Amino acid sequence: MFVDHPSIEVSNLETIPGRTIVAHFGVVTGSTVRAKNFGKDFLAGLRNIVGGELKEYTELLQEARHDAVMRMCEQAQQVGANAVVNVRFATSAVASGAAELYVYGTAVEVR
Amino acid sequence: MPLELDLALRVGIPVLLVALGFFWGSFVERRHYASIERRERERRPIPVTNVRELDRNRRVARSQLVSASVVVSVDAFKAMVGAIQIFFGGRVRAYESLVDRARREAILRLFDEAGAADTLVNLRVETSMIDQNEPGANATSIEALAYATAVEYES
Repeated sequence: MFVDHPSIEVSNLETIPGRTIVAHFGVVTGSTVRAKNFGKDFLAGLRNIVGGELKEYTELLQEARHDAVMRMCEQAQQVGANAVVNVRFATSAVASGAAELYVYGTAVEVR
Repeated sequence: MPLELDLALRVGIPVLLVALGFFWGSFVERRHYASIERRERERRPIPVTNVRELDRNRRVARSQLVSASVVVSVDAFKAMVGAIQIFFGGRVRAYESLVDRARREAILRLFDEAGAADTLVNLRVETSMIDQNEPGANATSIEALAYATAVEYES
């Protein structure tokens, strides 16, 4: 499961389906910067000759994005929310060989 | 090192890599397309939209954010052809199939993530270059990310 925070519900809709928003707490964010490591880079270098999926990178980015989401959920919990709505993802290459995974949304209380 | 051998290595190795990219790379791409097309036919036919509306006549049992992604690399042959096409401008066919495969793969994986959901709403797909080593350099691999809200209605 992608979002497995025990107490925060997450959606990229303006609300949590089937619930009503009763309070807003503003924007919450989570981010992480990850660099590829040498071993994975070597495998990826070989892959760049023959093409196809770079499984090591797919997994690396999914793990990183999961961490970013968890940080966002923790922030939401701290401000007293029980859900994050209108979630958006962004990815940017911040340096050679490193990417930032960023996630943001609005912390709300739903009932 | 004799001049002939030096020249042979300098020319031979890149030519060998491009040839390897051409044969192995097109095999990998054909196999990937066959897999994508098969899974697109076989997937559970649930509605997917990029609108934010739900069926108002049904009550929601559960909903959950789902996401899936894939990183796909070009092969040496595509990279060379792509560089030539970028130099002359216009349509860059070498890269079109790369992004197409990545997006369709990411969306297919999203269905696997969605499990028993009745519908996927507000689908978003984005693509990013993750290994651009110097500004302006051509990408050698791209990531496609798909995410959506999976909704399960009460039966």
